[in-house]
Amino acid sequence: MDIIGKRRNYLAISAVLVVIGIIALAAKGLNLGVDFTGGSLIRLRFERPVAAGEISNVLTSSALADMNLGKAVIQPIRGTPDVQIRAQVEGKPLGSTQVDRIVDELSYELGAVSIVESQMVEAVIGKELLNKAILAMVLSCVGIVIYVSLRFEFKFGVAAVSALVHDTIIVLGAFALLGRQVNSPFIAAILTIIGYSINDTIVIYDKIRENLKFRKKETIEEIANNSIRQTLRRSINTVLTTLLAVLALYFFGGASIKDFSLAIILGLVVGTYSSICIAPSIWVEWTLWDRERKRRQITTGRANPKGA
Amino acid sequence: MRPGIIWKFVGVVAIVIICALAIWKFPINLGLDLRGGTRMVLEAKDTETIKADDDAVTRAKEVIERRVNQLGVAEPVIYRQGSRRIVVELAGVKDPHRAREIIGRTAQLEFRDERNNVIMSGNDLKTAVAGYDQYSRPAVNFELTSEGARKFEKATLDNIGRRIAIYLDEELLSAPVVQTVIKDKGQITGLGDMDKAKDLSMMLRAGALPVPLDVLHAEVLEPTLGQEAIDQSKVAALIGAALVIIFMLVIYKLPGLVADVALLIYAIIVMAALVSLKAVLTLPGIAGLILSVGMAVDANVIIFERIREELGSGKRIRAAIEAGFTRAFGCILDSNVTTLITAGALYIFGSGAVKGFAVTLGLGIFASMFTAVVVTKLILVAIVDRNPEKYAKRFGA
Repeated sequence: MDIIGKRRNYLAISAVLVVIGIIALAAKGLNLGVDFTGGSLIRLRFERPVAAGEISNVLTSSALADMNLGKAVIQPIRGTPDVQIRAQVEGKPLGSTQVDRIVDELSYELGAVSIVESQMVEAVIGKELLNKAILAMVLSCVGIVIYVSLRFEFKFGVAAVSALVHDTIIVLGAFALLGRQVNSPFIAAILTIIGYSINDTIVIYDKIRENLKFRKKETIEEIANNSIRQTLRRSINTVLTTLLAVLALYFFGGASIKDFSLAIILGLVVGTYSSICIAPSIWVEWTLWDRERKRRQITTGRANPKGA
Repeated sequence: MRPGIIWKFVGVVAIVIICALAIWKFPINLGLDLRGGTRMVLEAKDTETIKADDDAVTRAKEVIERRVNQLGVAEPVIYRQGSRRIVVELAGVKDPHRAREIIGRTAQLEFRDERNNVIMSGNDLKTAVAGYDQYSRPAVNFELTSEGARKFEKATLDNIGRRIAIYLDEELLSAPVVQTVIKDKGQITGLGDMDKAKDLSMMLRAGALPVPLDVLHAEVLEPTLGQEAIDQSKVAALIGAALVIIFMLVIYKLPGLVADVALLIYAIIVMAALVSLKAVLTLPGIAGLILSVGMAVDANVIIFERIREELGSGKRIRAAIEAGFTRAFGCILDSNVTTLITAGALYIFGSGAVKGFAVTLGLGIFASMFTAVVVTKLILVAIVDRNPEKYAKRFGA
């Protein structure tokens, strides 16, 4: 197994994936939940199964015409008699009297119905939440760079965080492509992925550090590659155990936790890949480049005496 | 067994028993998403006459507290956020939709004459009780304070034969014609149904909000939905744990079994920490717990792989276990600290359910380090002590 030898291939694959992710994010955008966009979300439980079309008919009927609900998104929740309606009136979330009117009209037309969940968010709050989420991600990345730089070296820290940004963009891009909803638990999922992926990366770094200490004649590439090989069993076994736990969550955890688990599943796979193939590769490339640069400085006689 | 190990065993068993007692004794503090309830973020608004200053927001919070008391919620959480916001979290309230209605309304009651002069307001009411009027329509019967009675007496005297309109938050409820002079008692009709009458009487008793509040965010979840989430999570957690346990047994054999025992102890410690810290368990929190099982296993895997390496380099089993743990510790510490950094970021910036996730993740990290480094080692040493050479093989060396 020669991962470092083929590092350019892996870096290229990742570059392509990241670019696809960015394009997906730019072109299609994320399907942000009401907690980020503002608006209202009502989850209704009908006594008899009701099709989305029937609800749409009621929402656009003359009785509710003044609310202009044509753009409301109606989504049945799989495995339940529940239906989710996401709507706004003139860019504002529905007020409780408006919700009451909708429910009254639906129950009049389609039979008994009750509200089991409702959420209304003003756009201000959504924006704040989004800012906080971004801040949380930036903060943890900065924290990780600092910690890894202290415990290892700066290059390790930056390479590790590059891998994390890579993971985040790919998972976000996948969610954009799949059109899955991004809500505040999703942020927790992304940060978990970051925490998990860095875990793997550090185990490999730890090995590299150790192998560097007992280094004989191996090159940087060989050291990195041996370290990956020596920790591979652990990396794979760990991700498999965690994956088992999260798969159980995905299949049995219920609808509200599905998108969350999916994000983590994707993140685990991408994160393990980046820990094994990307983070060490970036470190190797950088270290070699740095060394080459220093050598050139010495041979051309322009070496900075303090810099060595 | 050496006496040192026996004492350590006693220590671990004692910890497990204490933790088990804690779980048994303290209730689990379920979050909104698991218990149902409502969470609202309200923001005070200026009116033409009143500015939403610190004092007004403080009084508004007090009014909300009184209203929540009337609702009879066990452990309401009401706090101010920034200068103008009030956050209300009512987990476990029976009818969360109604709670939302009652809390968010300004409930400014006004009596006006035909020239639209305000005669008196909800502040002049001493008590308010829901009941029925003479036509058995829902109504709110009220009694007035002495000052209110004075105002009302004068107004009814001046307005006999004319109408007095009753407004609630600028909405006309009724406008009865004054028949006689009324002193200290009265009735409000035009309320629709009995629930509305009850809600209004409740709001009147708690007082009107000094300034109107904008609802910036309201989440309402029926308890049934929370129960469903709990049931599903239980199934997922059990299946997940079973899969992990089997996986470890298959891959790592005897050490895997040791890790499984450590995992069980880990779960007990985390739950005990959760309940005794009164941390709120949310749905993402449960996911965090299930996830941290994976991470707890990780520490064990790192240690086992280390021991295997040490055995491979020619060490004897006891020395290999000792060296394996020592050398794995740095790695486990580093990887956990970084996860802790992300959990910390989530805790600072997250709200509600996400905060709950950060808490369980953080607790999980500490508990997993303890079980891996202390419990797993203890069991391994104890087992290997019985027959060192035989068990060396079980590590696959």
